[in-house]
Amino acid sequence: MSIVAIDIAQMKRAKPRHYGRWLGALVLLLCLGYLVYAFAVGKIDWGTVGNYLFHPRILWAVGMTIFLSVVSMTIGVIIGTFTALGRSSRNPVISSIAAFYTWLFRGAPILLQLLIWYNLALIFPVIGIPGIWEADTVRIMSPLAAALIAFSLHEGAYTSEVIRSGLLSVDAGQHEAAKSIGMSYGLAFRRIIGPQALRIVIPPLSNEFIGLLKMSALASVIGFLELTGTAQDIYYVNTKIMEMLFVATAWYLVVVSMFSLGQFWLERRLARGFVYGGKHG
Amino acid sequence: MNSPIVSAQRVSKRFDKFQALTDVSIDVEKGEVVCIVGPSGSGKTTFLRCINQLESIDGGSLWVDGELAGYRVEADVVHRLPDKEIARQRHLTGMVFQRFNLFPHRTALENIIEGPIHVLRQPRREALDMAQGLLARVGLAAKAGSYPSELSGGQQQRVAIARALAMKPKLMLFDEPTSALDAELVGEVLAVMKDVAATGMTMVVVTHELNFAREVADKVVFMSEGRVIETGSPDRVLTNPEEARTRSFLSAVLSGNSEAA
Repeated sequence: MSIVAIDIAQMKRAKPRHYGRWLGALVLLLCLGYLVYAFAVGKIDWGTVGNYLFHPRILWAVGMTIFLSVVSMTIGVIIGTFTALGRSSRNPVISSIAAFYTWLFRGAPILLQLLIWYNLALIFPVIGIPGIWEADTVRIMSPLAAALIAFSLHEGAYTSEVIRSGLLSVDAGQHEAAKSIGMSYGLAFRRIIGPQALRIVIPPLSNEFIGLLKMSALASVIGFLELTGTAQDIYYVNTKIMEMLFVATAWYLVVVSMFSLGQFWLERRLARGFVYGGKHG
Repeated sequence: MNSPIVSAQRVSKRFDKFQALTDVSIDVEKGEVVCIVGPSGSGKTTFLRCINQLESIDGGSLWVDGELAGYRVEADVVHRLPDKEIARQRHLTGMVFQRFNLFPHRTALENIIEGPIHVLRQPRREALDMAQGLLARVGLAAKAGSYPSELSGGQQQRVAIARALAMKPKLMLFDEPTSALDAELVGEVLAVMKDVAATGMTMVVVTHELNFAREVADKVVFMSEGRVIETGSPDRVLTNPEEARTRSFLSAVLSGNSEAA
């Protein structure tokens, strides 16, 4: 082809034709249409779904699911932070305890952990400090208490590894710069290392939290009235199985969406000073 | 009264099997600018990091401002100082790093006031006023609100110098402060360092900038393979060195420079 001094800015542009996209969208639409049809003609009483969506028992259960997850996650992150710091401690006793804790509570299935805490009275019938305060374990270890302890310890073990990787991701030069202006380890952690690690760990911790929200359904096996268990309790009586499962699913999606928005906001805040994509010279 | 700010007495340091420093003896008097030069791997950065206790020494003794750095001697037994004491000794010295190490989540101004507010416990107002003054002094008054990622390497290093000065150190340590910079940004950092030297600050500078050493240093130390090879005035060490190793290092550096020019 011979070279001609054309200017492509002055010429008409051919529109790209996305045949693949159109075909894909069409197939998707057909599948969706079939699903809607199946749900519409299937034995689903949409009226029941609507009636139970804001039923007091369901709302209470949603609250309990959120409460259990938020409190367990909060305690878990605190335990996880200390465990992560303990893992890198120069003191061999502390680092061994931290490693052992992570190994044990990350290794044992959460369902078993729930059952073990709930049935703790079989090993320790009485707990407390002898002579000062004692109580029957059966009375103390309510479904809520057992679920909180089990999930907190489980999350502590999981988040400790997330937090440890966040701490390791902060450049060694940051530790040295903090030291060089006379900061103690604790102050450097609070002011310099922690905030930078936080930015790294928010996405995986959010993932962990969303996992926990749904994992909390397991607490129903020890009789804790959270969302999934409550939906089941209701359909055992009214036999509206699918309807109640839809109600529960809808609420899980709502709660997860709410917290995802929170994550988005938090990430934006913590991104201050960091440049993504483009590089500054 | 006139004891040196830094006095290294036959300091040695090893990393596993690598002997990083052997019998290093260097004195730095108050108000002096000492430049340490030498090939890479010669131990000059390690020595600087020992002064600021980012590394601990294995042998000899290192005195900073009249105190034994990192240790306490009691009845002929050496005790390691607790971390808190080490942190206190450390903030007598300001350190400027090769890779700047500014806090990326804080603005230029916030980088500077971090130490004064949280370590020296200065009132915020006072710290802010001083930080603004320091930024003006390094020529970056307009960049107070910029994050490190928005600054050039030269600007970041100037903020890092201001951050170190904000701790009112008795001694400033510079670890190859211009080595990570593009050639056209080296001058602005050296100019700020000359300005700091002119105020009478005691400085120990590890550098490859021989012209800077010639112009600003009171004393030049040439190190190689973890040892001090020779010490003296810039003229003596950089122009008429006695040791063959110093001469071969200088000719290698000079031919490198002429090729680059």
